[in-house]
Amino acid sequence: MKRLFLSMLLLLACAAAGAKDAAPLAEDPAVEKRLIVISEEMRCLVCQNESLAGSRADLALDLRRELRTLIKEGKSDAQIKEFMVSRYGDFVLYRPPVKPTTWLLWLGPFALMIAGVAALVAYLRRRAREVKDTPLSAEENQRAEALLKEVDQ
Amino acid sequence: MKKFYVPLALFVVLVGFLAVGLNRDPRAVPSPLVGKPAPAFKVAQLAEPGKTFAPADMLGKVWVLNVWASWCVSCRQEHPLLVEFARAQVAPLIGLDYKDTREDGLRLLRMSGNPYDFSAFDGDGRVGIDYGVYGVPETYIIDKAGTIRHKHTGPITSEVLEKTILPLIDELKKS
Repeated sequence: MKRLFLSMLLLLACAAAGAKDAAPLAEDPAVEKRLIVISEEMRCLVCQNESLAGSRADLALDLRRELRTLIKEGKSDAQIKEFMVSRYGDFVLYRPPVKPTTWLLWLGPFALMIAGVAALVAYLRRRAREVKDTPLSAEENQRAEALLKEVDQ
Repeated sequence: MKKFYVPLALFVVLVGFLAVGLNRDPRAVPSPLVGKPAPAFKVAQLAEPGKTFAPADMLGKVWVLNVWASWCVSCRQEHPLLVEFARAQVAPLIGLDYKDTREDGLRLLRMSGNPYDFSAFDGDGRVGIDYGVYGVPETYIIDKAGTIRHKHTGPITSEVLEKTILPLIDELKKS
């Protein structure tokens, strides 16, 4: 166990060392940092389950280059978002804006939950009414006691 | 018997949602550009680098912009239909050779035929980004005022051509 732990530690150290050696992606780390923050919130259109930050698709590469230029031009986050949305639609945003066409998307889960809770409460109430307390008759009581005694022995 | 109605109704609703959802193409993203003016650009033509093309040149005409590339496999699928479309001379068909090299683009046109009036050359894909191109081939129908009226992503099928593209062009030409 101890050896496993040590070897894992060693492996981690190697990985850390490797990470330190990696060359910076671009000359300006501040731009890269903002690029990552922005592009992680955007969907790559070619491989739709990847973010723009993580995709290696050609188009994602081009779009990151384009966003990099916009950042360097000093555009605000809102302007950059607008650049993307005007070309690819709300679909590129992982958090689409709340508007009539996305109400179902945003509020649907809550509506379903409320409906589910309401159904559960209604069901529980109905059941509580149906299950009646019926006391045992004297004869049943005797049988029950006899059975319990049997178990005790 | 009545007990089964509620689950049955829920099941039918679920099946309805699935039937609609699973029959839709997840790659078809509605373009925000439909109904907006076609983004302006000015690039060199593919065959004659000395000549340029800008969408403004086409004002007053209903025309079709088809984004293609020599590396694009599904472009070959729609190619015969484009040839047929060009032969019918319904509307000018202008190509945009997207993220390609001139040699490869021209070679493809030589080998499989050139349906385009001419092609504009977008080697670095900048024009493509302005048009929201994400899956070549893409086809745009642009009206006389320079407004994008329809966008089709992916290869054109004869069904799309007959049922959507040709009727729309007819209608736009009349207005």
